[in-house]
Amino acid sequence: MASITMKDLVKAYGDVEVLHHVEGEIEDGELIVIVGPSGCGKSTLLRMVAGLETITSGEISIGDKVVNNLEPADRDIAMVFQNYALYPHMSVRENMAYGLKIRKISKDEIDQRVREAADILEIGQYLDRKPRQLSGGQRQRVAMGRAIVRNPQVFLFDEPLSNLDAKLRVQMRLEIRKLQQRLGVTSIYVTHDQVEAMTLGDRLMVLNGGYVEQFGTPIELYDRPATLFVAGFIGSPSMNFLPATATNGLLTLGNGASVTGANHANGAITLGIRPEHLVHDENGPIKISVQMFEQLGANTLMHGVLDGTDNDIVASMPGHVTAGEGSVMSFSVEASNLHVFDATSGKRIEE
Amino acid sequence: MIENRPILNMVSHAVLIFGVIIVALPIWITFVAATHDPVRMTQAPIPMLPGGYFWENFKQTLFGGGLSGTESAPVWRMLLNSLMMALMISFGKIAISLLSAFAIVYFKFPFRMGFFWLIFITLMLPVEVRILPTFEVVADLGMLNSYWGLSIPLIASATATFMFRQVFLTIPDEMLESARIDGAGPLRFFWDILIPLSRTNIAALFVILFIYGWNQYLWPLLITTETDMTTIVMSIKQMLEAAEQSPQWNIIMMTALLAMIPPVFVVVAMQRLFVQGLTETDK
Repeated sequence: MASITMKDLVKAYGDVEVLHHVEGEIEDGELIVIVGPSGCGKSTLLRMVAGLETITSGEISIGDKVVNNLEPADRDIAMVFQNYALYPHMSVRENMAYGLKIRKISKDEIDQRVREAADILEIGQYLDRKPRQLSGGQRQRVAMGRAIVRNPQVFLFDEPLSNLDAKLRVQMRLEIRKLQQRLGVTSIYVTHDQVEAMTLGDRLMVLNGGYVEQFGTPIELYDRPATLFVAGFIGSPSMNFLPATATNGLLTLGNGASVTGANHANGAITLGIRPEHLVHDENGPIKISVQMFEQLGANTLMHGVLDGTDNDIVASMPGHVTAGEGSVMSFSVEASNLHVFDATSGKRIEE
Repeated sequence: MIENRPILNMVSHAVLIFGVIIVALPIWITFVAATHDPVRMTQAPIPMLPGGYFWENFKQTLFGGGLSGTESAPVWRMLLNSLMMALMISFGKIAISLLSAFAIVYFKFPFRMGFFWLIFITLMLPVEVRILPTFEVVADLGMLNSYWGLSIPLIASATATFMFRQVFLTIPDEMLESARIDGAGPLRFFWDILIPLSRTNIAALFVILFIYGWNQYLWPLLITTETDMTTIVMSIKQMLEAAEQSPQWNIIMMTALLAMIPPVFVVVAMQRLFVQGLTETDK
């Protein structure tokens, strides 16, 4: 078991820098999710930890050992790939045993470790099959089994669930979480799915365009997003953004209505409100002209625009709401649920 | 196409049967000729049904001096020579092109693509074009009348290198990465992962190359002077012109028949892998 430290990590291809001075400290036994849109550099970062990509500058240490120049095999890691990368000509058993065989571990011990891992993952009856005879979910388990038998210090997951169907994904997500907690192995998990990120991670690292936008617990990211990007990325449906002007804490919206914020910002700002924090209130200051409703069963998504402007806005209302398309509805928001961002830099303005 | 029209079925069968007859008739004549005594073969019309001399001809051809009145090697010796040459060529070609494709696909070194194209343009230089300089080199190395001389100049193969390069390119990068994380070095990866994954392609190529090697005519003709080293394909031609006598068709045809057996055996044995290797795309 080990911690991972990333110090001032830079990756560049020629002159093009794709990761900019990434800093991060991952504690022993933690599961960190690196999340971001495609092309943000999250896989590159993971592959740098794995040793599959060279490090342009900066330092990665696993435990207290700097691993910059170590081969992947010498870093004591195991990786689960997006397409599983199982060896198609080997049986499940051979796939799992291959790494151990190369490490010249005795046959008895390999057998025992493979059996243990197969028991944990419930793939005992498939051990003699070839990967192509397995379903997607089973292959996924084999790929994890291959990681487990190695008994590594660090697990690396590169979007391991993206090839599964939605239902299986939810199930495997839970299993990965349980497994990781049970084995207590430090893990880094890369995904572009924010729900997966929220539910899995002890902490989340949000990457955008090669920059770390925020690194914190899921609830921190949800309650106090540091930038507009994080605010829009975390949470579903995503946060509403309304341009507004602030004068000593009083936030005036585009249609002249104003709400009282919890801070003392001044000037042009972007106001962020989560759909689930808009409360239907006859006397509320925020008037929305309703365009349509989306029924989700447990709640209803109301799509509209801020009355008198063309700022799109979504509100999540409890229960079934059907009537009211074309009308104007009023909403209020608690001051603590207002997120105020600088209009130009996109940074959060703290209370 | 699924259709149920009896007339169409009959027509297509007739066409196929006709095709089989055209292809099979010369082979049938070869077989029939190999079963008669020498005298019968000089009389017209040539027989179309087998005679009773198959075993006599077989024994005389395989173990005897072959044609009477000449000093050619027995046919078993020629078969052995041909077999050695064909096997050395096909194994050599496969080994060398696997390694060079491995280098070109998986290693980054200066002028990598340059080397690839260099190999590729040798496609334009078949043995026939470079036969004199090659002969000179082989002669200077003292490899005339040896298995090495028969096979080494034919071993380098741009086609096979190119084919294995394409095969390797279809193998996902993750396979290499996962092998690296498992701790497999380059040669280990080559041996444990790449070779098994290109198994069917190797088999397909082996069939093609074995037949290519077996059918070599010009090169063996040039570099073998001792009767002990002649290959079967060239000796059939020599038998026709041998001595000052009318051709002994029964022996010649028996030799041709024997010369056909190894390639046929290879094709039949490797048929399943051969077809898989040419059609399979799933990795």
